[in-house]
Amino acid sequence: MLRVKNLTKTYKTGDKALSDVSFSVEKGQVVGLIGPSGAGKSTLIRCVNRLVEPSSGAILLGDSDLARLGSGDLRRARRRIGMIFQEYALVERLTVMENVLSGRLGYVSFWQSFTRRFPPADIERAYKLLDRVGLMEHADKRADALSGGQRQRVGIARALSQEPELLLVDEPTASLDPKTSRQIMRLLIEICAERGLPAIVNIHDVPLAQQFMQRIIGLRAGRVVFDGTPDQLTDGVLTTIYGAEDWTAMRKDTEDDKVAERDAARELARIGA
Amino acid sequence: MTSYPTTWCRPPQIFTHRGWRIAFQVGVLVWFVLAVGTIDVNWERVVAGAERGLRFVNGFLQPDFTSRWKDISQGIIESLTMTFTSTIVGVAISIPIGIGAARNVAPAWIYYICRSIIAVSRALQEVIVAIFFVAMFGFGPFAGFLTLSFATIGFIAKLLAEDIEDIDEAQAEAVRATGASWGQLINYAVQPQVMPRLIGLSLYRFDINFRESAVIGIVGAGGIGATLNTAIDRYEYDSAGAILLIIIGFVLVAEYGSSYLRKFLQ
Repeated sequence: MLRVKNLTKTYKTGDKALSDVSFSVEKGQVVGLIGPSGAGKSTLIRCVNRLVEPSSGAILLGDSDLARLGSGDLRRARRRIGMIFQEYALVERLTVMENVLSGRLGYVSFWQSFTRRFPPADIERAYKLLDRVGLMEHADKRADALSGGQRQRVGIARALSQEPELLLVDEPTASLDPKTSRQIMRLLIEICAERGLPAIVNIHDVPLAQQFMQRIIGLRAGRVVFDGTPDQLTDGVLTTIYGAEDWTAMRKDTEDDKVAERDAARELARIGA
Repeated sequence: MTSYPTTWCRPPQIFTHRGWRIAFQVGVLVWFVLAVGTIDVNWERVVAGAERGLRFVNGFLQPDFTSRWKDISQGIIESLTMTFTSTIVGVAISIPIGIGAARNVAPAWIYYICRSIIAVSRALQEVIVAIFFVAMFGFGPFAGFLTLSFATIGFIAKLLAEDIEDIDEAQAEAVRATGASWGQLINYAVQPQVMPRLIGLSLYRFDINFRESAVIGIVGAGGIGATLNTAIDRYEYDSAGAILLIIIGFVLVAEYGSSYLRKFLQ
């Protein structure tokens, strides 16, 4: 489905963000991309839809090499790739519906989008997606009126309204609390399964990655240092990716988090909220 | 047990060396004293002028709205027309120039062209432009309209461009990632972020244009300024006082009106 070959990115400053990264993602596979800050996770997924220009290498989506497309072809290729962002990246002053419909911008003319006259099929799809992510009644609210979890749901609906063949997800839970994070991850995984949609998910929360991903790629200083199933992610491997750290303590912290979360939920139920 | 200091004072931020700091302060003082010394005050003329000034103040205290009312009302209508048309035309021209002058959405060559237009418009003061347009198109509000439109471009386009450069790039990136074209990017990611400020700036500029219309009228570009100039030339300080009071009134209304509207739009 997606094949990344020898991808290298060197920034103008001379910083090498990615060196010789190769991997492929099959249809329906959800891949977690882990690694310390500055390992090149964000750069890697932004190279796929060329929000960042790769320096060399090939990115094959189906048959076309995304790294070589001209601007018109690139726009058509971007329509096939949905992206979900850290901090949601919704256009705050537009309504929820406009944000979801903006996923269709690559398919409609400037005039249609300017006058907000989208084809009926697009509008139907947008409502369907809003219903799927549970925000049907918020369609006409402004995006900045929603809570963090709700905004990320709008972000998901926007990406899906593109009818993408591939989903790029950049730290989807970085600004959410642990409970909402899990809800959002669950929703993402469900949707990918429903549609057989492959996804690359940048995630810095290792336990969350292990809980939800089918496959994990570990990046360190712009190189792939691990590629395998979540079970293969041993303490030794984590040390290669992140450097030495007390991994057992981290896992225990996460268990404590979950317990605290359950307690909070029970408490909330008790006071009748 | 370590002991920590109990006193602290803020380290100097600009001149870290004491000598430089003192030299700078003394330098400013010397320059000020010398500069004041070069101002040539003719005290006899000040005394003679004081009497005229007093008549002016008296005119203010007993403003005469009635005897020149026809001229005054005509001047005000002319000023308002000039203000309204020039603000709309100026803002309409400013929008494409402002977008072109924003580094993050325009290619380099368009950026430099638009920045030059803004620089020219800002470099030339309204009164100078007005003199030029009066020379070209004759006395009257048309010259004033052109002057104010021209000045509006420099003001709105510059501030709009700066606002566009300050947008949240994440939102623009998200819209770009959907495969949106440049026009759609502007419409969906940039416009929603800058619109409230653009409206606020336009209202503020309306305000400025009204005040400026009184000034450029003095050099012949029509409006209430022309009426004011005539009144002063005829030594009719009571009518001049009335005109100034009317201008102050209008400016106050515009000021409060526009700040109220801006708050409402946020």
